[in-house]
Amino acid sequence: MNTIVCMKRVPDSATRVRVTPDGAGLDPAGVKYVVNPYDEFALEDAIRRKEEAGEGKVTVVALGPPETAESIRQALAMGADEGVLLVCAGSHDALSVAGALADEIRGRDVDLVLFGKQAIDDDNMQVPQMVAEFLGLPCATVVVGLEIAGRDATARREVEGGHEVVEFSLPAVVSTQKGLNEPRYPSLKGIMAAKRKPLEEREVILEAPTIEFLRLDEPPAPAAGRIVGEGVDAVPELVRALRDEAGVL
Amino acid sequence: MFAGHDHGYDEIRDGVRGLCERFPGEYWRDRDRESAYPTAFIEALTEAGYLAALIPEEYGGAGLDLKAACVILEMIQRTGCNGAACHAQMYIMGTLLRHGGEAQKRRYLPRVAAGELRLQAFGVSEPTCGTDTTRIATTAERNGDEYVIHGQKTWISRSEHSDLMLLLARTTPREESAKPTAGMSVFLVDLRNEVGESVTIRPIETMINHSTTEVFFDGLRVPAANLVGDEGEGFRYILDGLNAERVLIAAECVGDARFFVERAAEYARGREVFGRPIGQNQGIQFPIAEAHMKTEAAALMVERAASLFDDGAPCGAEANMAKYLASDASWAAADMCMQTYGGFAFSTEYGIERKFRETRLYQIAPISTNLILSHVATHVLGLPKSF
Repeated sequence: MNTIVCMKRVPDSATRVRVTPDGAGLDPAGVKYVVNPYDEFALEDAIRRKEEAGEGKVTVVALGPPETAESIRQALAMGADEGVLLVCAGSHDALSVAGALADEIRGRDVDLVLFGKQAIDDDNMQVPQMVAEFLGLPCATVVVGLEIAGRDATARREVEGGHEVVEFSLPAVVSTQKGLNEPRYPSLKGIMAAKRKPLEEREVILEAPTIEFLRLDEPPAPAAGRIVGEGVDAVPELVRALRDEAGVL
Repeated sequence: MFAGHDHGYDEIRDGVRGLCERFPGEYWRDRDRESAYPTAFIEALTEAGYLAALIPEEYGGAGLDLKAACVILEMIQRTGCNGAACHAQMYIMGTLLRHGGEAQKRRYLPRVAAGELRLQAFGVSEPTCGTDTTRIATTAERNGDEYVIHGQKTWISRSEHSDLMLLLARTTPREESAKPTAGMSVFLVDLRNEVGESVTIRPIETMINHSTTEVFFDGLRVPAANLVGDEGEGFRYILDGLNAERVLIAAECVGDARFFVERAAEYARGREVFGRPIGQNQGIQFPIAEAHMKTEAAALMVERAASLFDDGAPCGAEANMAKYLASDASWAAADMCMQTYGGFAFSTEYGIERKFRETRLYQIAPISTNLILSHVATHVLGLPKSF
């Protein structure tokens, strides 16, 4: 089975990000980048499936600045076979990214296209569905269980308050959620082997965005708290403040 | 270590960091509180193949050089983890690789590389002789196809968490040997069926969680096939491995020192007292800068020693100097970091006091700083020996 895993390079969630003074984006200084954690579930799934079958190919496709190659190498170190980096600078809206990814995937011999359910930087949660639409493929999102028998697939999706089970046939697009598996560490041998695996880099020009990006702002600093009193005597004033000032009661 | 070298070191560093981040401060605090061995951490490192870095590819390892091993251990320490629980597997390897027979290597190394066998214990020190290794009293007596071992070892770390031990014992009494350093032999001891029988292990409680023990041998039978190299040549084999050990421990010290410098700088930037970050005070920032410089200077010596070792060049002096300078830098950085954190340094929550205790060890083990000074004075500078 041939699997394509679409991957994004994102700032590490442990990193303290700052917005540039002009609000045009994040200040890259001191920011550590990682493979989007949800994409690691997709990668792990693809690699395990290949290992269990003893055949197949896992191709990682990523779109981003040249440094994204480091993240692809990480995926290759985990066990993916080859990488494709679509080089383009700046940030882009979901539709133009999905268009470029679909163009890359279209025409390839692929059975399964995997994504993380969302990227942890912009949290748009749109690209997998859009790619499926562009390619005319079935799509299951937020998947925590995936079984494939021949050309038939069954996915367990996380939905509000429970799980939904959907059936579809391959080829298909699936976006993965935490709980699907426990991603592996790249092994030392995997890291050394990754240096010799093919990684193709190509410039792409994206369609004009359909969403106009205005600016980023830091979240407002939380207002200082106020002590309204002590013990039982404070309760009436606390209730009043919660009702009249905060409007939460 | 070795930033900018194009040998995959950057990727290895990222790989180790990623693994170590899954074992945060709480993990180590809990192990410390319970005096427990970090089994899950060691299993993860083993499974990912890091402890088999130095094992040649033909025996299932990664076949990397000492520089790569330095990168791995430095990064483990730098993230706040503790490589002392497993570093022996790296440095013991040298003696076995260089002097072990082909049959021994074929029998043990693939299983060590696969994580099925743990080679973590190194039995040299004894209670009565300290660093005067030629006076060890543990004996191995040949009896047919076996050697029979009697004696006692101390400060043997990880012996309860190892399947194999590399053991130094006298096969000829000191008085009957051509010179004091002759007449000792190295054995690869399989502990698995012997503990509780001819081998007794007694844990030693220590200031830091180090899983160190005393080991007693009472008629332990070791097949003659497990003698490493030639009988009587053991001291030379051990010395060979010691240079690798010095360099690897020095790399750990650089990792510790960078941990302290990075933590201190981060804390000093963020902690506000009297309306400004404490790091704005030169009384705070200068010691951090000084510790940083000391660390980077020591790192250069570690890199040099590792490069010489990998080139097969003599590196005894450099290995010892690297260990001295790096442990000096890590201890100075530890002290600086305690001072920067102030009272919070004493709170176990921050992990600073744990690291402080851990890095103090390297002033003493695996070789005391005084003996390095003596080595440099007498062997490098030709001054008369004091003992």
